[in-house]
Amino acid sequence: MTQLALVIDLNVCVGCQACVTSCKQWNTSGAAGYMSDDNPYGADPTGTFFNRVQTFEVGEFPNTETVHFPKSCLHCEEPPCVPVCPTGASYKRAEDGIVLVDYDKCIGCKYCSWACPYGAREIDEHQKVMKKCTLCVDRIYDQALPERERKPACVLACPTSARIFGDIHDPDSQAARAIREQGGYALMPEWGTQPANHYLPRRRTEIRLHPDELERHDNPLKVDGLLPRPSPKDPALDDVTSW
Amino acid sequence: MRPAWSVILLTTLIGAGQGLFLALTGIEVIGNSTRMFFVGGAIISLCLLGAGLIASFFHLGHPERAWRSAAKWRTSWLSREVIVLPAFMAAVFAWGAAHWLGWPTRALAAAGVALALALYVCTAMIYACLRFLQEWHSPLTVVNYLVLGCASGFTLAAAYAAWAAPALAPALALAALGWTLLGLATRGASLARNVRLKARSTLQSAIGVKHPRIAQKAQGAIAGSFNTREFFHGRTASALRSVKWIFVLTAFVLPATLLATGLPTPAFFVQFAGLMLERWFFFAQANHPQNLYYQAVS
Repeated sequence: MTQLALVIDLNVCVGCQACVTSCKQWNTSGAAGYMSDDNPYGADPTGTFFNRVQTFEVGEFPNTETVHFPKSCLHCEEPPCVPVCPTGASYKRAEDGIVLVDYDKCIGCKYCSWACPYGAREIDEHQKVMKKCTLCVDRIYDQALPERERKPACVLACPTSARIFGDIHDPDSQAARAIREQGGYALMPEWGTQPANHYLPRRRTEIRLHPDELERHDNPLKVDGLLPRPSPKDPALDDVTSW
Repeated sequence: MRPAWSVILLTTLIGAGQGLFLALTGIEVIGNSTRMFFVGGAIISLCLLGAGLIASFFHLGHPERAWRSAAKWRTSWLSREVIVLPAFMAAVFAWGAAHWLGWPTRALAAAGVALALALYVCTAMIYACLRFLQEWHSPLTVVNYLVLGCASGFTLAAAYAAWAAPALAPALALAALGWTLLGLATRGASLARNVRLKARSTLQSAIGVKHPRIAQKAQGAIAGSFNTREFFHGRTASALRSVKWIFVLTAFVLPATLLATGLPTPAFFVQFAGLMLERWFFFAQANHPQNLYYQAVS
């Protein structure tokens, strides 16, 4: 069974918001219609986003680190938002595990957003339907695009390659390997939702310097000093520096 | 959560309508009264249920698609409620019509009682089934929807009887008093339970960083979003506490006093207002774990 997902590397995310803007650009231009934006340049801007990058400060000054935390629908393997939907508008695709909303069936009751512990769903205030990340389902299978572009818009936009897209059930995929080998974890595991999206933890980057890297073990300068002085009669290499 | 007036009205109105029907069928079985008393009661119950149904449409973004919501009754309690509410209304209508026409009513009454109880369970389970809303995820939620609905319904029945069939009023007022005091006990139990709740999700599990000190600096929006509007009641903690004590007074203590002193009509109106506050508090108190991601705008 296929389960497409994103693996987000918090160690390299720099919080540039490129995934947010590329997501909005792609999905607001799609067949499903625009994503609302109210007062974009006003005092109280608000709008619908599938993806947001949040920032957390961990620790206490001066020992702090900044964690940029991209957050979108996690396409849970046990999605709590799907069974509560009264109309079946919210569903999980069997073929690739993407959780989607059928905007033509959604009645806008918001119950699914209550049932999502991650706050991944946002109602569109003008179209009055629930919206969420689609993993760019309208581009990852698009045969008209070159194969390397058949990825979610956020993945293509990320300048640091912090977002890995792939089938996490395929043990050889880059995403599954990253989860397995770099300590990928799920958010709020306590609710048993089994999110498909995983996060790679921040890692401490240290330069490990051994003394022999600063001073070579067979330090040639010191060894030179121990060599016997050549006799003045001996021919010098360049016939100039003879004693 | 942000309490929605449409849902507050829906749950309180249909709760009273169901309770009234249960009170009327109780009279039908134990005591007796004129046919027109039951017909009038059925009309009042239908008015409450209909008003609740109309209120519920204001909660929907697309009310014209509401018919679709009966589709997923196998998994969704909301879908089940959408089916059971009209079925119950049909049963109340048929029961009232049977009284009007002098037809046998017992089978219809039994079906109505079963549907009324099922509707309480469906309405409550919409909230109680959400396991990460810990304030709601408890059998007490179901008990409270049933008991509080019966309390307001029996109080309404007592008020109606005081006007239409005075001989029945004292017995109904006594039953209403019993339900009201039982409601005080069960709602008090859930209030006590919720005070001691410990949130299972923390900021640490929310972002997966194991550090005792984490502070949000940005939430991905410079102003509000759906996530900041829908999941927080927008009032202060002291306002929440005030509402709690006001609803304990107006939904239980005052109506119980009024019922005991033989004033069922004011008791109903005070109690109904109190139960609306109770429902407001029920929603406002629930702390959604998604709020962990929306603590600071920066």
